[in-house]
Amino acid sequence: MTRWLPHPWFALWLLVAWLLLQQSLAAPTIVLGIMLALALSWSLGKLGLPRVRVRSLGTLLLLLVRVFADIVRANLAVAKIIVSPSPRHTSGFVSIPLEITSPYALALLACIITATPGTIWVSHDSLRRVLMLHVLDVVDEAALIDHIRQRYEQPLLRIFR
Amino acid sequence: MNVLAAVPGWVALVIGALVIAGALLACIGSAGLLRLDTFYRRVHAPTLGTTLGMYLVLAGTIVFFWAGEGRPALHVILIGVCVSITTPISLLLLARAALARDRREGTAGIPAADPPATGADGGE
Repeated sequence: MTRWLPHPWFALWLLVAWLLLQQSLAAPTIVLGIMLALALSWSLGKLGLPRVRVRSLGTLLLLLVRVFADIVRANLAVAKIIVSPSPRHTSGFVSIPLEITSPYALALLACIITATPGTIWVSHDSLRRVLMLHVLDVVDEAALIDHIRQRYEQPLLRIFR
Repeated sequence: MNVLAAVPGWVALVIGALVIAGALLACIGSAGLLRLDTFYRRVHAPTLGTTLGMYLVLAGTIVFFWAGEGRPALHVILIGVCVSITTPISLLLLARAALARDRREGTAGIPAADPPATGADGGE
């Protein structure tokens, strides 16, 4: 199982992407999709990447819904700052201590933070486990750190534990 | 054109509203790139177009083909997934390059190479 299918999530994603692109659920399409997914995920295994272990799919779905709501809110907030006659100068760098060490959890956190307008991922010190962000509108630094740690980091720790 | 003819008027209004709202967000994002002053402030703005702006245009596309051809064009979701996964890569590269340059030049207001870790054990 591990030997022939080292990255089951990646294989599933490839199959779904293939079926969506083909826009068909005919048997030959599915068979070819499964063959492609198996072959490509097997070759990815040859690269020696760490395995992805998703412990809680429910938490992952909940996190995605939560992030979507945050993205909508942040879009409106940033649009308001840009449109305002004199954009405020309250931007700054914020350092956040993290518990996360899994590379996949960090990658997902990078996607979340980048996808939320108003925050960008600047650097991550993997030895000291400190993440540095640039924030467009720093209202309350402690609240922001708490927001990222409670709202994103805790679910990520549960998902990739 | 026959796809468009099959779309009822009120659905066309919904599609138009979705696409225009998405385009408006992308436009505000581009305006922000011009209006904001420093590099770090500027890179925030275009994310409007790559997130909610893109979602709205994609939603309009799905509804358009759903109403016009009778089946949802779900494959456009792949665009959303691919953009969401790849945007952080270029943004991160840009931010890190700017940070490295600013640190070398000693620009004011840039945190030093090892910012003090608040809360964690600070090494010293």
